[in-house]
Amino acid sequence: MKPRHKKLSIIIAGVAALGVASVLVLNAFQSNLVFFFSPSQVAAKEAPIGKSFRIGGLVEAGSVKREDSSTTVRFAVTDTAKTIPVVYTGILPDLFREGKGVVAQGKISADGIFMADEVLAKHDENYMPPEAAEALEQAGKAQKASLAR
Amino acid sequence: MAINWFKYSSPASFYSLAGKMIPIFVFVALILLAAGLYVGFFVAPTDFQQGEAYRIIFIHVPAAWMSMFLYVVMAFWAGIGLAFNTRLSSMLATAIAPTGAMFTFIALWTGALWGKPMWGTWWVWDARLTSELILFFLYIGFMSLQAAIDDPRRADKAGAIIALVGVVNIPIIYFSVQWWNTLHQGASVSVNQAPAMASTMLTGMLIMVFASWMYSIAVILKRTRIIILERESHTAWVAELQKKGAM
Repeated sequence: MKPRHKKLSIIIAGVAALGVASVLVLNAFQSNLVFFFSPSQVAAKEAPIGKSFRIGGLVEAGSVKREDSSTTVRFAVTDTAKTIPVVYTGILPDLFREGKGVVAQGKISADGIFMADEVLAKHDENYMPPEAAEALEQAGKAQKASLAR
Repeated sequence: MAINWFKYSSPASFYSLAGKMIPIFVFVALILLAAGLYVGFFVAPTDFQQGEAYRIIFIHVPAAWMSMFLYVVMAFWAGIGLAFNTRLSSMLATAIAPTGAMFTFIALWTGALWGKPMWGTWWVWDARLTSELILFFLYIGFMSLQAAIDDPRRADKAGAIIALVGVVNIPIIYFSVQWWNTLHQGASVSVNQAPAMASTMLTGMLIMVFASWMYSIAVILKRTRIIILERESHTAWVAELQKKGAM
C-alpha cells in the first residue's frame, strides 16, 4: 500500500468511526431530542408530567372555543387516538386552524387540562393553489360519501 | 482524444481555465436568477394555507440545500487534500467555506422570517433548526481555524479535520425531520416520493437552485484564483502574469 493510500484509508476509517459514534450518541439521546410529545405519549405517561413540556398534534375539529371578554382559547389536541384539552391565553399564530397541526408548551394540571403558555402552528409540507386544495377536499368528501353508502 | 485531467490540478493551468469559465457561470447564474424570481413571484400560484408568505421558499430552500451540499463538497476536497497532499484541492475547500457559510446564514435568516408569521416564533430549538445552526458554526470554525494558522499547509490540514468531522452533521440535518418530532415540516421534495408541491412552484424553486449552483461555482472559482495568486506569489508564472499585467 502506498503511503497516500494508507492515509486515505485512515481518513475514511476515522470518518466511519465518527459516524458510528454519533449514531450511538444520538440513539442514547433519542428522548431528549424530541421537540414535542403526542397525546398518546402523554396518556402513556412518557412525557415529563409535572414539568413544562410540549405537546403536538392536530387541533380537533369543532373543539375551538373562544371566551368573549378575553383572549383565552380552549381547544383539544388530538393524534386521532388520544385527545388532550388545552387552555391558552394569548395571540394565536395565523396558521392556527381546526384540523391543522399545532405545538403547545405548558404544564398539565391535576384535572388533566394542558395549561399552555405558548402555542405554535405546525404546517405540513404540502404547497398548492387554493383551487387544488378545494378540489382535493371535494374528492375526499366524495370518497367518504361513497364509502358510507 | 484523451484529456489529461491532472493537468488542471496544477494551480497555474487551473488559474487560466477558471478565468475563462467564470464569465460563463456568472452569465448563466444571472439568467437563471431572473427566470427563477419571475416564476417564483409572478407565475407560481398563491398557497392554499400560507397565502403569499410561502414565497420565501424560493430563497429559503435553495439556500438550505446549498448550505448542506457545499459542506459535503468542501469536506470532500479538504479530505482529498489531506490524503494526497494536493495543494489545489485544499485551496478549493478554503474557497468554498465562505459561500457555504453565507447560504447557511441565509437559510437560517429566511427561516426565522418565515417562522414568525407561520409558526408564531422566530426560533425554536428543534432538531432541524439546531443542526442547521451547528452547520453554520462548523463553517465559521473551519474559516477561523484556517485564518488562525499562518502556515497554509498546516492550516489546510487542521481545517480538513474539522471539515471531515463535521460531515456527520449533514445526514442529521437532512433526516432530522424524519427521525424526531420537529416543528419544521418534512421534506416537500425528495428522491423517493412525488413532490408535495404544485408544479409551477416546484419549477420556480428548482430554477433558483440551479441559479444558486451557477453563482456558487462562479464565486468559488474566483476565490480560488485569488487564493492561488496569494499562495503562489513566489513562483515564476505569477511573476510573469504580473509583468504582463494580466491579473
